[in-house]
Amino acid sequence: MSITVGIPQALLYYKYYPLWEGFLGGLGLEVVTSPATNRRILTAGVEAADNEICLPVKVFYGHVLSLKEKVDLLFIPRVVSVEEDAYTCPKFLGLPDMIRAVGDMPEVLDPIFNFRLGSRRVSRDVYSFAKRFTKHPAKVWRAWRHGVDEQRRYVAKLESGWTPVEVLSGKAPPEAKGDMTIGVVGHPYNIHDEYVSMNLVKRLRKMGARVVTSDMLPHRVVEAEANRLPKKLFWTYEKEIVGSAFYWMRSGTVDGMIYMLSFACGPDSLIQVLLEQEAKREGAPALMPLVIDEHSGEAGLVTRVEAFVDMLAWRLN
Amino acid sequence: MPVTWPHLGNLEIVLKDLITAAGQPYILPPKNTARTLQLGLRHSPEFACLPLKITIGNFIEALEAGADTLIMAGGIGPCRFGYYAQVQRAILNDLGYDFEMIVLEPPAMGWKLFVDTLKRIAPGKSLWEIAKAIKLAFRKGRAIDAVEREVLKYRAYERKKGATTKAYRAALNVLDEALFEKDAIDEAKEEALGLVYGVEKDVDRPVLKMGIVGEFYLLLEPFVNFDVEEYLGHSGVSIERSVYVSDWISPGNNNIIGGISEEEIKRAAAPYLNHFVGGEGQATVGHTVIYAGHGFDGVMQLFPFTCMPDTIAKSILPRVGRDFDIPILSLVIDEQTGKAGLITRLEAFLDLLWSRRMQREKRLLSV
Repeated sequence: MSITVGIPQALLYYKYYPLWEGFLGGLGLEVVTSPATNRRILTAGVEAADNEICLPVKVFYGHVLSLKEKVDLLFIPRVVSVEEDAYTCPKFLGLPDMIRAVGDMPEVLDPIFNFRLGSRRVSRDVYSFAKRFTKHPAKVWRAWRHGVDEQRRYVAKLESGWTPVEVLSGKAPPEAKGDMTIGVVGHPYNIHDEYVSMNLVKRLRKMGARVVTSDMLPHRVVEAEANRLPKKLFWTYEKEIVGSAFYWMRSGTVDGMIYMLSFACGPDSLIQVLLEQEAKREGAPALMPLVIDEHSGEAGLVTRVEAFVDMLAWRLN
Repeated sequence: MPVTWPHLGNLEIVLKDLITAAGQPYILPPKNTARTLQLGLRHSPEFACLPLKITIGNFIEALEAGADTLIMAGGIGPCRFGYYAQVQRAILNDLGYDFEMIVLEPPAMGWKLFVDTLKRIAPGKSLWEIAKAIKLAFRKGRAIDAVEREVLKYRAYERKKGATTKAYRAALNVLDEALFEKDAIDEAKEEALGLVYGVEKDVDRPVLKMGIVGEFYLLLEPFVNFDVEEYLGHSGVSIERSVYVSDWISPGNNNIIGGISEEEIKRAAAPYLNHFVGGEGQATVGHTVIYAGHGFDGVMQLFPFTCMPDTIAKSILPRVGRDFDIPILSLVIDEQTGKAGLITRLEAFLDLLWSRRMQREKRLLSV
């Protein structure tokens, strides 16, 4: 029987699942994911996680708990950095240790991905992580290549307008209709977790809007836009948020933007100021911040989204 | 062009000398008050951490008082602090203030930028003069911190309540007035320490030993921590603290005042948090482990609400507490925190520590 390794369907799952699945599968491990977020998962996460932490991390705890009886190992990599001069979020740096501190957990696999130290260091870390599963470096290399190829296909699909959920489930997005385009800005783990975002993307589409999200723009575009800030941001995923919003503001390819952020999100608390200031400039598309936490009610969200869409429609006519 | 900077504990005593040596006039922001906090709250993003809100308040009040050049530290992340200056500039610009902002980025962002910034702060001074002034500033900063360390340690033993605080104020005064010269600073340090050591003590009194860890601003700025250290001292608690201003700023890894090197901290934290997470996250865990190993009665963690690194540490500390059987109190502070609530929690914590101490003594006697 092969060894099972669990990948929680939360946080960076939405960014790197194909890479991780391809890599771990190539090493001969059987990958198990947790189900999509539901009430049970959220409640369990909120109970287990520290009070002060942001919603997506609480959700992550819930997914880990739902996996823990079903797997031999948990895959929670320490994603320190994915490019040369930026970090991810501090919480990703401490995630494996936070999960271990819960106690009574399956063994946590926490390979380090730190591209600040250069890609040679990353490949060394990948090899030393994979050593326990295979003695053949060639097999590690093949598994990693396989993961990278999967990831490349995944990113290409995202850039062609599919959401992560659609790519991973293989269901094509519905035919775009309507003459209004709304940009949804935010972390993929918030906007694409349908339970957390309360189906924001589907809801907007149902109201007759075309929807584009931050992860549908190529990285080099958002990078160039984000670097218009006087000081380079040192969080990669915030660069994607700022970059996509700046791009849409400048190019005018959207009619309005919804910025979904979770309460107590550290980096977003600062980014919000920069985005709102940019949005005040004349001619910029409207920007609505939408703050979510574990107490958010669907009715409140729907009311605000409907009002926003009505306002955009009124502006267009 | 009067220069200003935000309050941070005793830092101003040193910065006043340093800016004067740079040949610049300065204006201190008015003391932190409820108004400072109000101004900061009104103009800051909702879930930014308390330090950002208060420093915005400081800048606004200093600009009102006539300052026009703001000095702020930068950083390379991943803690939010490194991006504060950018957000502060954006907010203050939006409010319509006319000012120049000088952001002192760490050399890690490039030596040229670092040197250029120093030259902007001290126009017309040679690098050698600047380096000399900075060295002196560290000398003075360490003298102040050394005095503070002794105050934290010995306040619990004072015979007359308040005598240590009085001596501490006098000592800071001596250091504040000392000329900005090597010998003068050394002399002032001796005199200041003499004042603190001179406080009459009751050395037989039983006291609790507590470690204080957490986020630097909350630990160093009495306005935001309600001067909890003084309260603890008066309640019979001898304190060892993880952060001092000069250690925090100093590029070295030795932590001259705190006495525990970065290396040791990392090693102690490794089984629980095996990577830096920005800010003081790993140091909080490492210090707690070290204090537990030294047989402290308890550890208190202080940090602002939504602080990322210390929230991570807080998630992990319960495991340290279980392993070492040491009580840990995590206090999360924001603008809503009231002194009475804080003191009530501390009183309960101290009761717990005393009863554990008594139990342990009983056990030892009964064997």
